[in-house]
Amino acid sequence: MKAFAELLDRLVLTPQRNAKIRLLVDYFRSTPDPSRGYALAAIAGTLTLNAVKPALIRDLLLERMDEVLFHYSYDYVGDLAETVSLAWEPSPGVAAADLSLGEVVERLQQAGRSDVRSLMRDMLDRLDTSGRFALLKLVTGGLRIGVSARLAKQALAEMGGKDIVEIETLWHGLAPPYLPLFLWLTGQAEMPVLTTPAVFHSVMLATPVGEGDLEGLDPADFAAEWKWDGIRVQLANVGGVRRLYSRSGDEISAAFPEIIEAADIDGVIDGELLVGGTMRSNRATATFADLQQRLNRKTVNRRLLEDYPAFIRGYDILFSGERDIRSEPFHVRRAALSTLIEAASPQHFDLSPLVPFSTWEELDRLRADPPDPVIEGVMLKRLDSPYLAGRAKGPWFKWKRAPFNVDAVLMYAQRGHGKRSSYYSDFTFGVWAESDGGTALVPVGKAYFGFTDAELEILDRFVRDNTVERFGPVRAVRAEPDAGFVVEVAFEGINRSTRHKSGVAMRFPRIARLRPDKLPRDADRLETLQAMIEAKA
Amino acid sequence: MKPDTLLYPAPKGLYCASGDFYIDPVQPVDRALITHGHSDHARAGHGHVLATRETLDIMRLRYGDGFCGAGEIAQFGETIAINGVRVRFHPAGHVLGSAQIAVEAGGTRIVVSGDYKRRPDPTCPPFEPVGCDVFITEATFGLPVFHHPDDEREIGRLLMSLKQFPERAHVVGAYALGKAQRLIALLRRQGYDEPIHIHGALARLCDYYQSEGIDLGEIRPATLGPGSRQDFAGSIVLGPPAAFAERWARRFAEPLAVFASGWMLIRQRAKQRGVELPLVISDHCDWAELTATIREVAPAEVWVTHGREEALVRWCALQGIPARPLHLVGYDDEGE
Repeated sequence: MKAFAELLDRLVLTPQRNAKIRLLVDYFRSTPDPSRGYALAAIAGTLTLNAVKPALIRDLLLERMDEVLFHYSYDYVGDLAETVSLAWEPSPGVAAADLSLGEVVERLQQAGRSDVRSLMRDMLDRLDTSGRFALLKLVTGGLRIGVSARLAKQALAEMGGKDIVEIETLWHGLAPPYLPLFLWLTGQAEMPVLTTPAVFHSVMLATPVGEGDLEGLDPADFAAEWKWDGIRVQLANVGGVRRLYSRSGDEISAAFPEIIEAADIDGVIDGELLVGGTMRSNRATATFADLQQRLNRKTVNRRLLEDYPAFIRGYDILFSGERDIRSEPFHVRRAALSTLIEAASPQHFDLSPLVPFSTWEELDRLRADPPDPVIEGVMLKRLDSPYLAGRAKGPWFKWKRAPFNVDAVLMYAQRGHGKRSSYYSDFTFGVWAESDGGTALVPVGKAYFGFTDAELEILDRFVRDNTVERFGPVRAVRAEPDAGFVVEVAFEGINRSTRHKSGVAMRFPRIARLRPDKLPRDADRLETLQAMIEAKA
Repeated sequence: MKPDTLLYPAPKGLYCASGDFYIDPVQPVDRALITHGHSDHARAGHGHVLATRETLDIMRLRYGDGFCGAGEIAQFGETIAINGVRVRFHPAGHVLGSAQIAVEAGGTRIVVSGDYKRRPDPTCPPFEPVGCDVFITEATFGLPVFHHPDDEREIGRLLMSLKQFPERAHVVGAYALGKAQRLIALLRRQGYDEPIHIHGALARLCDYYQSEGIDLGEIRPATLGPGSRQDFAGSIVLGPPAAFAERWARRFAEPLAVFASGWMLIRQRAKQRGVELPLVISDHCDWAELTATIREVAPAEVWVTHGREEALVRWCALQGIPARPLHLVGYDDEGE
């Protein structure tokens, strides 16, 4: 448990992706089975343990601690698991022994409901402080270490010198503690053979159209489609087993029961998950903000199903029945997809329409002014392209609608992490709004990228030289009509928000340009942002 | 004599009226007794200062020759009479030169422990328990959650990280007096013999520790030579905690932020500061050591100062030991 606890402690404080991967790889290499497999499961969210209620943990501590001292401690630390792990005094006479993560998980899985209390007490006695913390986070189900399942898979790929695509393909056919997976990764066995048919296959991704990318390419070689603003999914129905996956391979079937129920297709398709009406039902597609009501939920109630019905807009097909057709050209696959969707439920499936065009200039105009607010640009797909996992440059391009832009005023700044720890690199910016009869800046968003290193030097210098107030790690900077710093903020979309004082929330805001030529009084007003929402609706 | 007529908190600090002196006053006074050299305890501008030789040296290094009107050296164990009040200095184990001060008059003895710790420190003599009527203890880490792990284990975590991330400069924030030198000494003791680079603010104190016979191995300034592109990849760079937020820190390759402090036990504290590798190394007692010390000293009464007084007072009450908080202002152990 010591090694796992140390891994958790390091991961939660390590911001860099590559450093996290190294910590994971080192842990997987140096930890024996089955502990490493359970650690992988805990991190990737596939470990099921009988949950232990926080109240039980609190009671266990109060058996051995004065309640007043407990309250002083809890108030100070602010986290129950951490308080208990730190303040726990082992029972006299209990020898400290490092239980492995494997032993801990197996003991928890074997314990009956009535044994949990004494089992937890015994394990808390035997583990050290960090071990207790890891145990408590495991059983209360809240690791929160900032590592996605995808990142864990990336670490596995590096550990075994494999392609992440192979790991993603295997993933849903395997279960904790993943013994065959680690045998294969360490070169002691062949790649595991799966018995579950409806597994996830890595999706094909597009590269953005860059300067000059389209020069020399013949429009006749490409099909164009709208780029819909939902979430990319993969739906499989193989041998009667139905599964819905996100593009990173997380299974989301339980959150979209209506899709699973309607999935009378035979094969594996790729598409965009959206809410509202399909084109076939002649009702409008709803926005990403509506789709968000359905995301990140384990289950769904009837109300949500009625208010935000989900459907899939088909992009591509990977398997027709059990036949792998990924090597067929795009136009052939599309014909197969069209036939399949034709036969499927009209409320739950439609086909992403092609956008006819003859020149790049024409497509550029269409891209800039799409016919539906749920479109965020166009996709370009070579007619002869096979379905390739990953993001290869050439066969598929995405050409996004131009971003929104506003001029905003820097209001607050905070230091970054790692390489940027000595720079003020996280910025809150605002625009002018009427308030209490006067005009004042109201924060509308935060951005911590978009600028170059040289621009960061300028921003950092401004923050250091113009700090007017400090709130812990946050600095408020000078922001008056005639003194302050204006930046051009670019963002992909804008929605109403009840969580923000300004009433608006931007998607993917970044600092596109510094505008030292402008005074704060020249910055945009809140009404401009509100009008952008109106225009979309 | 009743203890609270012998010694009591006054606006300038803890005051002994019969002896007409202050202990660790926060404002300039005629006569001051100083427990140790940390800047919240040892301030410049007093008329007469009584302290250990090392503490006087450290004050001179920090404030210059004119740091006080006259300095007088207190030897450990030697009794000095000040206006009929007997005072005696005893080791406190906190930093080099740190002392507890026993104040005795009219048959009553109060021990002012200043800041102290109980675990071995290669850079200063250990705390010595002194029997007394009133023991004045600090409570910096006076909550049952504070259990500092072994120093050796924490140093091991730093050495492990150097192996895991050899391309990154490990920039370690550590309080300039005491913590920095102890950290270096602990690293040396665990066999780390590479040169250790330090921020300029640490130089004079590290030199002083070396001149006092405390071996810190090879210390180099973390400065860039002319035309040098050295980026300190894979080395340990030590500096005062605030330095790593400054532009000075930009010379380092992919800096990995380390901070050595008792506060690092609380994860949220590490997170707030952007620390990637928190090392729980403290120059104060943890909860177990505070309570064990009170049991060992076995005073008739305990006064608790700077820190989380209420929890330690509560613990004393549960043990049947009379205790009360002593409200002193001006002491800050955030940089611990």
